[in-house]
Amino acid sequence: MELLEILASAGLWAAVLRIATPLIFGTLGALLCERAGVLNLGIEGIMTFGAMIGWLTVFQGADLWTGVAAAFAAGMLFGLLHAGMTVNLGLSQHVTGLGITLFASSVAYYLFRLAVPVAGTPPTIEPFQPITVPLLSSIPFLGSVLSSQTAPTWLAVLTALAMAWLLFRTPLGLAIRMSGENPEAAEAQGVDPVRIRIGCVMVGSGLMAVGGAFLTLSAFNSFFPTMVQGRGWVCIALVVFASWRPGRALFGALLFALFDAYQLRLQTVLGGVVPYQLFLMVPYVLSIVALVVMARRARVPQGLMKPYIKGER
Amino acid sequence: MQRTPAGSAVPALELSGITKRFGDTLANDDISLSLARGEVLALLGENGAGKTTLMSILFGHYTPDAGSVRVNGHALPPGRPRAAIAAGVGMVHQHFSLAANLSVLENVMTGTESLWSWRSARADARRRLADIAVRFGLQVDADALVADLSVGERQRVEILKALYNDADILILDEPTAVLTDQEAERLFATLRDMREQGLSIVFISHKLDQVLAAADRITVIRGGRVVAERRAAATDKAELAELMVGRTIERPVRAPSRPGATVLQARGIGIERLLHDIDFALRAGELLGIIGVSGNGQSALGQLLCGVRRADAGTLTLFDAPFPQGDVDALVSLGVGRVPEDRGSDGAIGDMSVWENAILERAGQSPFQRGGFVQAKAARRHAAELIQRFDVRGGGPDHRIQLLSGGNIQKLILGRSLHAEPRLLIAAQPTRGLDEGAIAAVHERLLEARANGAAVLLISEDLDEVMRLSDRIQAIVKGRLSDPIDTEQADARTLGLMIAGASIADASKEGATHAV
Amino acid sequence: MRFERRVERTAWLALAAPLAAVIGAMVLSAGLIRLAGVPALSAFGEILSNAFGSRLAITETLTRATPLMLTGLAAVVAFRARIWNIGAEGQLYIGALAVAALGTTLSGWPGAIAIPTLMLGGALAGALLLLIPLLLRLRFGVDEVVTTLLLNFVAVLFVSLMIEGPLKDPMAFGWPQSVPVPIEAELPKLVERTRLHIGLLIAIVLALIVHVVQSRTLFGLRSRAVGLNADGARFAGVRIGRTLILTGCLSGALAGLAGAIEVMGVKGYVTTDLSPGYGYSGILVAMLAALHPLGVVAASLFAATLFVGADGMSRAVGVPTYIADVTVALSLLTMLVALFFTQYRVRR
Repeated sequence: MELLEILASAGLWAAVLRIATPLIFGTLGALLCERAGVLNLGIEGIMTFGAMIGWLTVFQGADLWTGVAAAFAAGMLFGLLHAGMTVNLGLSQHVTGLGITLFASSVAYYLFRLAVPVAGTPPTIEPFQPITVPLLSSIPFLGSVLSSQTAPTWLAVLTALAMAWLLFRTPLGLAIRMSGENPEAAEAQGVDPVRIRIGCVMVGSGLMAVGGAFLTLSAFNSFFPTMVQGRGWVCIALVVFASWRPGRALFGALLFALFDAYQLRLQTVLGGVVPYQLFLMVPYVLSIVALVVMARRARVPQGLMKPYIKGER
Repeated sequence: MQRTPAGSAVPALELSGITKRFGDTLANDDISLSLARGEVLALLGENGAGKTTLMSILFGHYTPDAGSVRVNGHALPPGRPRAAIAAGVGMVHQHFSLAANLSVLENVMTGTESLWSWRSARADARRRLADIAVRFGLQVDADALVADLSVGERQRVEILKALYNDADILILDEPTAVLTDQEAERLFATLRDMREQGLSIVFISHKLDQVLAAADRITVIRGGRVVAERRAAATDKAELAELMVGRTIERPVRAPSRPGATVLQARGIGIERLLHDIDFALRAGELLGIIGVSGNGQSALGQLLCGVRRADAGTLTLFDAPFPQGDVDALVSLGVGRVPEDRGSDGAIGDMSVWENAILERAGQSPFQRGGFVQAKAARRHAAELIQRFDVRGGGPDHRIQLLSGGNIQKLILGRSLHAEPRLLIAAQPTRGLDEGAIAAVHERLLEARANGAAVLLISEDLDEVMRLSDRIQAIVKGRLSDPIDTEQADARTLGLMIAGASIADASKEGATHAV
Repeated sequence: MRFERRVERTAWLALAAPLAAVIGAMVLSAGLIRLAGVPALSAFGEILSNAFGSRLAITETLTRATPLMLTGLAAVVAFRARIWNIGAEGQLYIGALAVAALGTTLSGWPGAIAIPTLMLGGALAGALLLLIPLLLRLRFGVDEVVTTLLLNFVAVLFVSLMIEGPLKDPMAFGWPQSVPVPIEAELPKLVERTRLHIGLLIAIVLALIVHVVQSRTLFGLRSRAVGLNADGARFAGVRIGRTLILTGCLSGALAGLAGAIEVMGVKGYVTTDLSPGYGYSGILVAMLAALHPLGVVAASLFAATLFVGADGMSRAVGVPTYIADVTVALSLLTMLVALFFTQYRVRR
């Protein structure tokens, strides 16, 4: 049956990894922020800006990795802005995040329009090329899947593993988790939850931006407005689905990407019968379902969204 | 980090002239005390006396306005828990400083390693924790999630945290408040062990029995000041109870009561894990006082009677009909006045004005509402009446209520219920956190309601207050109520025994022997 | 540095905050304008003249402000009760779709009946859409921020599906759009030969109504109590669930109405680019107005001025139109900071 045949194609699984990459970065970024106790709703805007600045840097002549670095740096700056408002001033994390999303997206479009005046088709750059890993590429099926992946995808997986190590096997990770669970307790044991939160929001936002940069430096090769298409919000839902664990975030992103990749291919099969919009809705509806399923079960970091003010007990 | 050898003359801990203000309240007033090496010192005082503030200053959670702290002879920089920990001070907080979602080992290890290490030395930490646990008899599963531990086990983790950090001065804040009797026994055995091993201990408590059994010396704190110091061997419960509780300001005196019909009756009331088999009966014109230390089920009882909670078992009758559980509107229309325990979150909405707070629970009734529209003029007038009649100071009807002091907010809360001439008044911890003047005002109103024929139920942790105001008293301990005692037949000693954890049967027996 | 809560909140501070926020945002935007090689003042001058320079320009600005007022009101109503309704965009589209769907069945009916009916339909559709995330919150504890956001995408996709399918306009050449609203149901113009329609008046009247409801009715009092302190409200006998649902429905209805009015007053039919982000801009407008319904009227005029003026300015001077979005978004952030300083004082 054709529906099952799709699952057997290496092309599908290669697409899964590609589609998952920005989700992995975005989810990990949001996860890090939330583990420290801060909900970062600026993700959609930061991903958009990351996509733009990464592309623009390369368009101006830099190499691809410099583009990624530029995106990371830009993300950190937005993270600093977010943290300054929500951690230092204790402003509403919801509203600040939304404001940053709107601000970052609009600045991204503005700067892009300045650099690239309206033309017929948006200009392109040379994106990341797939990497062939010598030993792995000879494995049947899996080899062809892995050989069509670009460097950022490998980086995404490595980042997930690194973050898992960081959070659960290092003293810094423990300090981060404690800051997100009970900042007063953290402070009582000599950890500074304020600095931890600021640092995590900055690095997390950097990761989000890198996720956006993947879209323009690898998946597509140009930037156009609304290209992030709500992936940021999906990542926020995935963090809950992953119970704030990087390993599960990786799994969740892949699972989600599987649905997305499958639905894309399904369109070519069923396209005449079922309107394509229904397929496109799947990712968003799934995210909502994931949230509902995990709502009662997830162990939310207890200090999430509670501003920490020193000296008040 | 220098530690003074045992037996040295330098005191382990020395607090001099500690003073701390929070807004209008003077929590610590020029307090000085010292702790010798290998000594167990008890800080005794009622809730709100300033003990926790003092120890928080010691541990670096707060910075004192004046005064200094010396640990083993060296000055301790204020306001930094890290410095206190490095100096060997460990604190076991009353409300545990633990992350429920993390394991025991993780809670203990937080902050103990350099943040720049590549990996946590978990195996070493686990071993060290096990050693300490064995040494002091505090067994806990290192990998268990704190959320899954019992209260006693969580306390063990708190203590382990302090010991893990090489504390040789241990502060315990109300350590037995939430423990069963057996767990408390175990704890004191542990403390004795620790003393043998050279630790110096301060523990804060108001349980006279335990204080006398476990401490070498006792410092009594009242109203933010040290009022007495005694060697445990040289004093007794009676003296301590009086020292703890003495008051000087004139409080209103209760006239004899003439109780009428039964207004509120409870039989076998239970709320899962919090209240068990509660029986009481309250008559019109009578004030029943329920005395107990916080955390013994009073909050749940108060919530039940204020209509914000339902019981899981038993029957509750009001004016001879079933009590409308969970139905605030019905209670208010039946003429029940309610003063909640948590003034800040339940009693008032800080950002709303005085008049809005004054009428909110009656907002659906005329004259405050007509055709869906709030009659602000009538509401403001009502608020002005309340302000005048109940001496509410600090703001007019249009001011945000959070501008008023706690005492004035409480007067308004009380006033809005009393103005409607309730037939039943539920007052939960009505004088908590108030200054003397406000307390006297609240007491006067409660007695006034009683004199006007209302049935008044007072839930309080203030022994003196309960004795002055109540006609009859019942003690609440671990979710159970003792049999009622007539206040005439009770005294501080009996009641102190009841609430300090002596078994209810014993306490009632003692009360009964006095009642003869 | 420490922050101390202010005791008195004087009126002048409350007015100074949005002013300071706007000026701050404009100063920051000026930097970006400079990047385009254009002097900031002249750019802002161009914006103003393009927004108000002629009769036509003024009507354009007012037309643009109308949906912003409605989505702004939607945000105000919700946020005051701590309902984080970020789904106004989707609710707008659903309201527009409802009008298109109902419009055909009402063709031939006189305007006096058709117009209110269609508006009601659009409002109802918007309310129902918000009900989903709200119920998920009440029943399952799911934070409505993300669910309302995700539903935006679902809603727009649904609209796209409908206007390419059952509601497709057979007479449109290729470009997918819905069947048009019947002529009788089109909103009358306020000024001849311009796009300004009575929707503006409807929006202003609604702002007044929301203000009255919030400040003078029992429902408004209770709704505000729930938003400020749910525990205190519960203790006073307010039914939290019921209040939240009613408030939410009101918010969704206002957003749905924005879509309905855009279709009935401006476009005449539904397309997937009906809204250039009115739902999100509404949130910005609401925050700038410090969540005050009457302030929403002023704030939406401010935003509309920027949006309309930037279009013309971009043609004249070459600064990309997005500068308007940047300035409005910045003013949200500066407003948050300004509001903070009305509540707290800095102490060394």
